[in-house]
Amino acid sequence: MTSIRRLMIANRGEIAVRIIRTCRELGIETVLAASEADIDSVPARLADRTMRIGAAAPASSYLNIDALVTAAIEARVDAVHPGYGFLAENAAFAERCHSAGITFVGPDIDQLRAVGDKLEARRHAVAAGLPVVPGGSVTTLTEAQSIAGDIGVPLLVKAVAGGGGRGMKLVRNIADLPAMLDLAMSEAKAAFGDPRVYLERFVASGRHVEVQLLGDGEHIIHLGDRDCSVQRRYQKLIEEAPAPGLPEKLRAAMHAAAVAFGRHLRYRGLGTVEFLVDTLRSDFYFLEMNARIQVEHPVTEAITGLDLVAEQIAVAEDRPLRLKQMDVHWRGHALECRVNAEDAQRDFRPSPGTVRTAIFPAGVGVRVDTHIESGARVPPFYDSLLAKIITSGADRAESLHRMSTALGLCHIEGVETNVAMHSAVIAEPDFMRGGVDTSWFAGCLTRSQNKVP
Amino acid sequence: MNLTHADVEEILQLLDASPFDELELETDRFKLILRRSAAPQGGWTQQTETRSKAKVVASAPGKATAAAAAPAIDKDDGTLPVRAPLIGTFYRAPKPGAPPFVDAGTRVTADTVVGIVETMKLMNSVMAGTAGVIVAIEAADGEFVEQNHVLMRVQPAT
Repeated sequence: MTSIRRLMIANRGEIAVRIIRTCRELGIETVLAASEADIDSVPARLADRTMRIGAAAPASSYLNIDALVTAAIEARVDAVHPGYGFLAENAAFAERCHSAGITFVGPDIDQLRAVGDKLEARRHAVAAGLPVVPGGSVTTLTEAQSIAGDIGVPLLVKAVAGGGGRGMKLVRNIADLPAMLDLAMSEAKAAFGDPRVYLERFVASGRHVEVQLLGDGEHIIHLGDRDCSVQRRYQKLIEEAPAPGLPEKLRAAMHAAAVAFGRHLRYRGLGTVEFLVDTLRSDFYFLEMNARIQVEHPVTEAITGLDLVAEQIAVAEDRPLRLKQMDVHWRGHALECRVNAEDAQRDFRPSPGTVRTAIFPAGVGVRVDTHIESGARVPPFYDSLLAKIITSGADRAESLHRMSTALGLCHIEGVETNVAMHSAVIAEPDFMRGGVDTSWFAGCLTRSQNKVP
Repeated sequence: MNLTHADVEEILQLLDASPFDELELETDRFKLILRRSAAPQGGWTQQTETRSKAKVVASAPGKATAAAAAPAIDKDDGTLPVRAPLIGTFYRAPKPGAPPFVDAGTRVTADTVVGIVETMKLMNSVMAGTAGVIVAIEAADGEFVEQNHVLMRVQPAT
């Protein structure tokens, strides 16, 4: 067992504040690695010490492995907590920490590698017996017709070398398959120099539901699920736990699948298995695994009463899990709204600057995770997350009611925020009913824009 | 110590039942203002101020920042800044009265010494960082500069 007495936080913003808070409760001394732009930030003021690691640009600071490892060695820390984003899932960074004799608060290096590559992760998921989006790679029309017969229509023809929506064809009618396949293959060859394609079932309506895992390499438990379907361009905006209105059988199957995946990897640390729930078929598929603490972890903390950062640190210290599955209890419901410095009225244009006033809600069932207070600077170099408003209650209705009040009490001046947008979204009847899919928010935006003359 | 989320919740429960509308808590390290909202739906707000100062320790400036990526071009004119490696007094010449290391128009290599920054009696050479021509001197001899202050600009050789 390696006891952590001094820990470096290789991150910034609200997650740095969050990690410092737990370290303080655990009696761990904190060293914040801060860029030039963050040298006077709230986490820098809260940390026991702050080290300059480089210029404001992430490449020179929060992504600068040499500078971070040098600083960690100099500060004689026992461990480095990478937070989320930046180098949180970077196997090379974990390896460098490891060779310097510093504990990386995260899973083992081979586990980072196993889940870091999407195809590799999918291979592991199949090996662990998890459902993946049905499909397969094809080279001939006969193969394509055979696979199409298995997965049905609508289906997608995707270029192996494609990505981000490029090189994708939707086939609604099986009769169109030969023509679409020809087209997809010749386009793939022209665009990517690689004619390989694969077929995949098209999920017309999907929800993003994820399962929180905690493992010590030996034992793996789950801490329940979260729904993160309210997204804009793959960025999550609102999360909740538990996922509302899931058939209990489906929920239990997803929990079991996530644990099976963790067991297959002998996972050691905190991680999240993301699933796509096909709402029409009431089925689910493995998407990917995130091998780190997540932005939305507070909703799980709110309904389990656990401190996930503390559990993560305990595992990093090589301690066996302190919880058994039967010790995990869920109470009530929690929601989280991500307050971003962006102008929702102007196509979510980022709004850096100096926060003149920052007044946040407080009270029973209200938690605010933030690095923002009056006078705080929001530098243009990093993401726009200002605060996370988390509310919990005995049930979803109470949690929603508290969120509505809490958002109304937010008062942030100096930068534009999306608080008013959140207030409008959570008052939408579809959202209040619960269980919207990942395309809902975009549609909701279009409808609200059409309302404006 | 700092207040935890649970502490604040507990204080608010006490306040909620009290006739008071505001609580101000002030220590050397932080200030917290809890206020009852006048809005019809009620509720409380919090405003915090972290008063402690950041205890910044310099991380081996040479080592850590040398590892950084190539300097970014921060002006549209294609010139690159030569920055102060640390906080201190900038000198353009090796000693008082001597001719300056460089002037506008001087050709430099990445390793050419273009100035000195004195910090706590230690002289730190400032290197051009890029091969090219000095096009502008932006800090005066003897000026106290912050770390990363732009001292001069180099037009990189093409």
